[in-house]
Amino acid sequence: MAELTELTLADARAGLAAKKFSARELTAAYIAAMAKARPLNAFITETPERALAMADASDKRLARGAALPLEGMPLAIKDLFCTEGVRTTAGSRILDGFKPPYESTVTAKLWQAGAVMLGKSNMDEFAMGSSNMTSAYGKVENPWRRRGDNRPLVPGGSSGGSAAAVAARAAIAATGTDTGGSIRQPASFCGIVGLKPTYGRCSRRGIVAFASSLDQAGPMTRDVRDAALMLQAMAGHDPRDSTSADEPVPDFAAALTLDLAGLRVGIPREYRVDGMPADIEKLWQSGIDWLKAWGAQPVEISLKLTKYALPAYYIIAPAEASSNLARYDGVRFGLRVPGETLDEMYENTRAQGFGAEVKRRILIGTYVLSAGYYDAYYLKAQQVRTLIARDFDAAFRQCDVILTPTTPSAAFAAGEKMDDPIAMYLNDVFTVPANLAGLPALSVPAGLSGDGLLPLGLQVIGRHFDEATVLRVGQAIELAAGFTVRPQFIAGSAR
Amino acid sequence: MALDKATVARIATLARIKVPDAEQAHLAGELSQILSWIEQLNEVETSGVEPMSGGAAVAMSLAMREDAVSDGGRRDDILANAPAAANGFFAVPKVVE
Repeated sequence: MAELTELTLADARAGLAAKKFSARELTAAYIAAMAKARPLNAFITETPERALAMADASDKRLARGAALPLEGMPLAIKDLFCTEGVRTTAGSRILDGFKPPYESTVTAKLWQAGAVMLGKSNMDEFAMGSSNMTSAYGKVENPWRRRGDNRPLVPGGSSGGSAAAVAARAAIAATGTDTGGSIRQPASFCGIVGLKPTYGRCSRRGIVAFASSLDQAGPMTRDVRDAALMLQAMAGHDPRDSTSADEPVPDFAAALTLDLAGLRVGIPREYRVDGMPADIEKLWQSGIDWLKAWGAQPVEISLKLTKYALPAYYIIAPAEASSNLARYDGVRFGLRVPGETLDEMYENTRAQGFGAEVKRRILIGTYVLSAGYYDAYYLKAQQVRTLIARDFDAAFRQCDVILTPTTPSAAFAAGEKMDDPIAMYLNDVFTVPANLAGLPALSVPAGLSGDGLLPLGLQVIGRHFDEATVLRVGQAIELAAGFTVRPQFIAGSAR
Repeated sequence: MALDKATVARIATLARIKVPDAEQAHLAGELSQILSWIEQLNEVETSGVEPMSGGAAVAMSLAMREDAVSDGGRRDDILANAPAAANGFFAVPKVVE
């Protein structure tokens, strides 16, 4: 039998149903893989006992013929999701010792669907970063290496632990969150599939908040079908999140028909940014050619304000973060650093508890919201956001999905972009616009970079609540690309 | 807009983050660099444009529900995470002399 950790979620599910192996065997294989993957530092907390207990419960349901949709599937959960009784850190020292007294809606839905929790995956502190290097629990290593260069590479961020774990076969799938690209960029860097659903598709309840008008949870998987299966369990209206959408949830796997006849694929002119590497340009063209071969029709579109999406994001996201992170004050949970007065206690706690990037963003956010600057910065950014959303509305009158590269480069080495915050922010140039407009967007591994032979993703952006079409197009790209290259580091082992 | 040290000190106080004097100049440089990059937004004509607040494309009307207690009564669960608690309350340094 093939190694259990090589199976996709869909195949593992079929194997369990056919009694080729038990949920306990599958989970045990992943617990061993998780241990073997420790050099990657993809997990902050491992929960093997809980995983085995959950797997045993799955085996009981399987024996009764009452298998649930994700029965026995061992998942990595980004450490931004509150998990009842299990330490939740958000990658920050300021949440030291925090054990949530409740479960996030998305993870609760996954457990209700029969999934198994392997552990909590590493991430940039408070999801602020594109390299996973801002985690207080240490950086994560990408399981891929450049050809002819043995330096460790970043897995991307902020959901870098989830991406590294799935790519290295140390989890069958994972949850991520995406505020400006935090699912899609690490998925692209690690050669896996990552989907940011429509804003409001998945409940944000119990997800540590970064920028509430942008944050959205989504799946990270080894193929597009698995992303559809995961999203099915994660999505749905939650009365306890007032921004969760009361929209019908279609059968996402049933939408994977590969029927692209007559579908119009928008190619935004403004995404051809200056200095785009030739290999990414070429991959984008391949994507266009593949979709044409499936019967789709490319249409040139214009998203005029693309270049303003990042600066608008770097006002809106820090502004919301400065407000959301005000709650970390050393009073109700996490770290407390003593001070003579209450204010000094707050100031000391936040000075020691937050890392440099988080402080930078809180200070920027505080500044742009402060008296005298609100209109010039925050209001301006919100107006630009309206125009960006309108650009997409206009584009979607000419096309059904939009195809772009996911990132402007392949994975970089730890430390390569650390000196200049703006160079790091530019990683998100192709992913941020979908967050600002609230649109669903998928990254699919589609090829390798020209020099280092590292994975590169293509991004499919869809209309609001049209993840079904996004996934359908994503699967067509996946099949055409035939991306079967594996990372150099594989943690999974034979049973 | 270039931020000076005094402005950094002021926003650090507003944000309740202690920034030692020695770090203020460096931080002022970093934040100024980010802000001047952000200021390219001024090239965009936005007069009369409605600001987008919230992430939903179509503004959702807030759902109404019965005004009744739906959760709660979990004081001890919540206090279990507090760095300091006393007599069923969060405890903080003395604020009234």
